[in-house]
Amino acid sequence: MLAKVYVTLKPGLLDAQGKTVKGALDALGFHTVDEVRVGKYIELELHGLSASAAKSAVERMCQQLLTNPIIETYRVDFGATAKPASKKSARARRPAPRRKKAVARRR
Amino acid sequence: MKWGVVVFPGSNCDADCVYVIRDVLGDPVETLWHQDTDLRGVDAVVLPGGFSYGDYLRTGAIARFSPIMQSIASFAKNGGLVLGICNGFQILLESGLLPGAMLRNTGLRFICRTVTLRVDRTDTPFTNRYTRGQIVRMPIAHNEGRFAADPATIKRINQDAVFRYCNEQGEVTEEANPNGSSACIAGITNQAGNVMGLMPHPERASELSLGSNDGRLIFESMRHALAGAR
Repeated sequence: MLAKVYVTLKPGLLDAQGKTVKGALDALGFHTVDEVRVGKYIELELHGLSASAAKSAVERMCQQLLTNPIIETYRVDFGATAKPASKKSARARRPAPRRKKAVARRR
Repeated sequence: MKWGVVVFPGSNCDADCVYVIRDVLGDPVETLWHQDTDLRGVDAVVLPGGFSYGDYLRTGAIARFSPIMQSIASFAKNGGLVLGICNGFQILLESGLLPGAMLRNTGLRFICRTVTLRVDRTDTPFTNRYTRGQIVRMPIAHNEGRFAADPATIKRINQDAVFRYCNEQGEVTEEANPNGSSACIAGITNQAGNVMGLMPHPERASELSLGSNDGRLIFESMRHALAGAR
């Protein structure tokens, strides 16, 4: 089982990073962004736990270590473990070599 | 009195603290390794600055779980003097030995420069050699020094803060606040008064040849407090 933990600063606390990113988005012409909050994303691979046990375990992990409840809030999503792609399938997905084209471009 | 300076992986001000205690104050000092649990009979503990455990997750978040911190928590609960400097302050906050938390500086920059501070309390074992309202100079060197806490805690700490960022005239103003810290707080104690954390580095301001010796009075205050207690 995969637990995805999203950590952000509590509302009301100035997120200096988010504010700076918003300013940069404004500079790029994205004027429809009202607010940016920059946070942390943590993935936990879990084993041997029922759904409800996993939920309460991750809750305790967040309270005791993963977040600081004084300044941060969090949200947890549970999903199936993402299976790493095998070498063979990774090779199959790779686009065919385009050496000829590259050589032609150099000329 | 015997001092203990804790060394975490990533501490980088431990040697400066040892130097000030041993060579400037002339007191015996032990270094305490983070994996140890024995405080070796020290009378006061210093948590030095640095980047303990690489500041992974949050500043001080991992150091808090080291074996030595469990001993220091009991030492503090029994009234032992604990001084946390910079990262040491952050560790004390994460440990819950001091209230509040640290956020990234509002300017998003690592600030390394000398600042002026106002001593707002002299009734602590860390500041009894200062005069109330004294303006002192010490360097800061941090990226996460914006003190934050829930409004009720801030209200309480606001009355009890020990050091505040101020201008040359001793006025606590937002212009003099280098990192956006709540109520310009630079240093606080716990309610019992035996644990203090501050972001400025007193060990870097303990000899006039380094530009200021205002920080030395913190160490001398601790020594004075312990001598009086005996």
